[in-house]
Amino acid sequence: MTRLISYEKKDTWIDRLSGFTKLVFFLLWCLTSALTFDTRMLLTMIAISFSIFAMSHTDWRQVSSVFKAVLFFMCVNLFFIFVFAPYQGCEIYGSRTELAHLFGDVYITREQLFYEFNVMIKYFTIVPAVFVFLVTTDPSELAASINKVGVPYTFAYSFAIALRYIPDVQDDFSRIRNAQEARGIEMSAKAKLISRIKNIASIIFPLLFSTMDRIDVVSNAMELRGFGKKKRRTWYSYRKLKRNDYIVLVLTVLFMAAALIITYADGSRFYNPWTNS
Amino acid sequence: MEPIIEFRNFTFKYKSQKEPTLYDINLKIYPGEKVLIAGPSGSGKSTLAHCVNALIPCSFPGKTQGELIVKGMTPKEEGVFGMSKTVGTVLQDTNGQFIGLTVAEDLAFALENDAIPQDEMKKRVMEAAKVTDMTAFMHHSPSDLSGGQKQRVSMGGVLVDDVEILLFDEPLANLDPATGKSTIALIDDIMKQKNVTVLIIEHRLEDVLYKDVDRIIVVGEGRIVSDTTPDELLASDILIREGIREPLYVTALKHTGAKIRPEDHPQHIETMDVSKYVSGVREWFESTRSEHPVLTTPPALEVKDLKFSYTEGEPVLQGVSFTIRKGEMLSLVGRNGAGKSTLSSLICGFIKPDAGEILLNGEDISPLSIKERGERIGLVMQSPGQMISKPMIREEVGLGLAVRGVPEDEINKRVDETLKICGLYPFRNWPVGALSFGQKKRVTIASILVMQPEIMILDEPTAGQDYRHYTEVMEFLKKLNEDMGLTIMMITHDMHLMLEYTDRALVLTDGTLIADAAPSEILTDESIADRAYLKKTSLYDLAVKCGIEPPSEFADHFISYERKLRENESRETEASGAQTGGITTGEADS
Amino acid sequence: MDKKFGIREVVAMGIGTALFVVLTMVQIPLGFVPNTALQPRMAILAFLAGVFGPIVGAVIGLLGHALGDALFYGSVWWSWVFPEAVVGVCIGLFVKKYAIKEGGFVSATPIIFFNVVQIVANAIAWIVVAPVLDILVYAEPANKVFAQGFFAFLGNIIIIGILGTILGIAYSKVAGKSSDLQKED
Repeated sequence: MTRLISYEKKDTWIDRLSGFTKLVFFLLWCLTSALTFDTRMLLTMIAISFSIFAMSHTDWRQVSSVFKAVLFFMCVNLFFIFVFAPYQGCEIYGSRTELAHLFGDVYITREQLFYEFNVMIKYFTIVPAVFVFLVTTDPSELAASINKVGVPYTFAYSFAIALRYIPDVQDDFSRIRNAQEARGIEMSAKAKLISRIKNIASIIFPLLFSTMDRIDVVSNAMELRGFGKKKRRTWYSYRKLKRNDYIVLVLTVLFMAAALIITYADGSRFYNPWTNS
Repeated sequence: MEPIIEFRNFTFKYKSQKEPTLYDINLKIYPGEKVLIAGPSGSGKSTLAHCVNALIPCSFPGKTQGELIVKGMTPKEEGVFGMSKTVGTVLQDTNGQFIGLTVAEDLAFALENDAIPQDEMKKRVMEAAKVTDMTAFMHHSPSDLSGGQKQRVSMGGVLVDDVEILLFDEPLANLDPATGKSTIALIDDIMKQKNVTVLIIEHRLEDVLYKDVDRIIVVGEGRIVSDTTPDELLASDILIREGIREPLYVTALKHTGAKIRPEDHPQHIETMDVSKYVSGVREWFESTRSEHPVLTTPPALEVKDLKFSYTEGEPVLQGVSFTIRKGEMLSLVGRNGAGKSTLSSLICGFIKPDAGEILLNGEDISPLSIKERGERIGLVMQSPGQMISKPMIREEVGLGLAVRGVPEDEINKRVDETLKICGLYPFRNWPVGALSFGQKKRVTIASILVMQPEIMILDEPTAGQDYRHYTEVMEFLKKLNEDMGLTIMMITHDMHLMLEYTDRALVLTDGTLIADAAPSEILTDESIADRAYLKKTSLYDLAVKCGIEPPSEFADHFISYERKLRENESRETEASGAQTGGITTGEADS
Repeated sequence: MDKKFGIREVVAMGIGTALFVVLTMVQIPLGFVPNTALQPRMAILAFLAGVFGPIVGAVIGLLGHALGDALFYGSVWWSWVFPEAVVGVCIGLFVKKYAIKEGGFVSATPIIFFNVVQIVANAIAWIVVAPVLDILVYAEPANKVFAQGFFAFLGNIIIIGILGTILGIAYSKVAGKSSDLQKED
């Protein structure tokens, strides 16, 4: 199984921030990136994103394979945008400047290139932030942070349970897959679609069954230890906010506000380099 | 003194069942007592325990009659939360009970739920970690811990509250013998430190009796069969009647024809007064012989200098070599993490060795795929739930043939034959869910057997089973081995299994084979037993105490004698025509 | 069974999410559309929503997709995360009708009903919600995102229709207690 990106204990200023701060940053950052299509803002965000990545001392090897996968996925997506709508950019920016003729009536336009460039950098605003978030946030802190953001603790705790049991389920999965493969049920066989699905069913079925049993055991264990007894709950690994946390939180909110004001100042979320207004 | 737990004419019936599981229970347990509740699976012993912590009837609904009072409270009314402040429960599945992402968080879980402020919480967590000796592991995740360590965390997790009753549900089920021993010692320690009342539900009597127990309550078919001191109980024949295994030295003494007297304190072999039995034991020893059948069949599986590591520099197997002969039935033992499952994964081809070779019938199997090896080497996993992938028994057993494109009438023929061998033929059209645990186990064995493998590897074939089911599964495997000549290797840490059913054991420790000998030799050699996380058999202690020379041979005589007894027994049942075209069928769960 | 939202549901959300995430890497590629393959994890989502109800379904869809994206692809494609929750909610709304846990999911009526619901749910999620979000957030061309959405819809109804139904029936057969079993000779 592919190695997942996972938390690594280090001691940069980013690591020392509370999980709450990082979660708020992560969510607002994703939201800002989703809302703006302003090239200047996107480029600024990329610059910030990559410098945070550098400051976090994240081991490049840990994320490189995932990064390559993202690149590949992005290229495919950009290609298909062009195939489906070669003039999407022209519609957005309201002009058409042909740069090269491909075939038939298909031209490469300046506007299309610029639009696809924007789509591309939009990915890059997020990717380093996700990496940093995953690598520097102690999973133990996450559930507490989600709870502090305002999500009821029962839901927040389900997140902790998910993180707790991913390795266990992964182990179960490979053990079951091996045993079934020895019986002759292969997942990757070059068989017909229906029989491939049936083979996968033979592997998933025992996995699902042991999962259902596990749900029973874990919920009894949690009940015996008083989960859900009170309206609120405290968290062993919650870190109190310190000065740096407040600074980052304030800066994040200010940046988001600024980004949105600048983006929507001219009434459109796109930045158009070709208008004179 | 007022009892801390009192059952008065207590009856309980699960909602989904027709008959009550507990009938008219009358039982008093006093503060500071340590009580063992023993009984076979399905006897109601766990049900009894879960009435005390209110899981019954709050999570497993049903109807109660009579009274149950725990520390002046009625569990049914207090609910699970209400009882959790008084009764701490350590479940059998310690991995399931480990809920936090790290040791510290798991210890804190109950306190978090109580909304205890962080400072106080950290203090109490540290205390619990000290009591259970886990302070060095606070930031470890469960996947970095052994079964024994997880269990310590479970105990710590209930000790953060000042509970007055500690309830252990089969605490030894998933542990190797040495770890089980330290668990029992830890329970004893905690009891003395915290002054709590302890209830242990367990059928592995000898292991629990490693430390003193005040009383043993034997439950059978929903009723209390016996409520007495260990000494009295061991002197009686109640355990045998109820299908619970006696300590081996007690069985051995009974074989010599002796009548065990409670006043000799048979609770521990170390402190038992054996003076009255010495002559009998010696006489019996002289009059029995041990037999070691020597196999001269050609090798079935040869492993030569096998090396493997997951990450460089951390070898899991460092040059393991051994030969298994055709028709042999042997055990592979060693503690968790010693490399047992890595070895079986290498044999089955799930992972590739770094060096060394594996020969099957003299042929190098390295070019064979997992699927091709699967036709010749059958692997039966520990829990049937991890293998069963079809809802109906016939489909499940025939699955391996169906995916290999065997024609349908051939499949039907072979499935029927296999089901008959496995005693499952009468159930052939049942859904798997209607079978008992032991029957499910046999379904998984059948689904491998149907492919007619040359060798079968079973991972912990008897884990979590009581004496009766243990005997049932092992007798079945023995029959396969004897009647069909099937070569069987069992991965286990069940000392009884290796002693009673195999003539040879491979002992793996830290990736090296430290012994390849008869189980009776291994279990009487303290240094090997210790390194393999096994423990010396009490038969050895008995032999030493009775002055038998050499003491290690006593275990051998005992095993040979027992096997002969069992053979005679099964011959009798066969002669009486009780069989229905297979091996004992057992009954289904309702 | 408890009618209120209890601990079992919380645990089902957590462990269900773990299962969903682990199965992220199990895919049967269709090959001709980007980001579109038959995803067995969808069948797990449908099954768990069908057993534990809409809230559990929503959380597994949301959390599972976001976490799976983040852990395996290093980015979270939010416009495809929310539709996943929509599928979970819609299928979960009719828990009682399927009676999977009670052993009722073996006759034609609940099976057909389950499949009608899942087809509608997937249509809402992938032909409406996902493309609209894609257009709003990423300003992607409408014809592209609707085409993608349509293939996702197709893939999901196939995998849920086959695998989800198989799992439901199998679980129902095993979990449901049958009292009229007879030993045969």
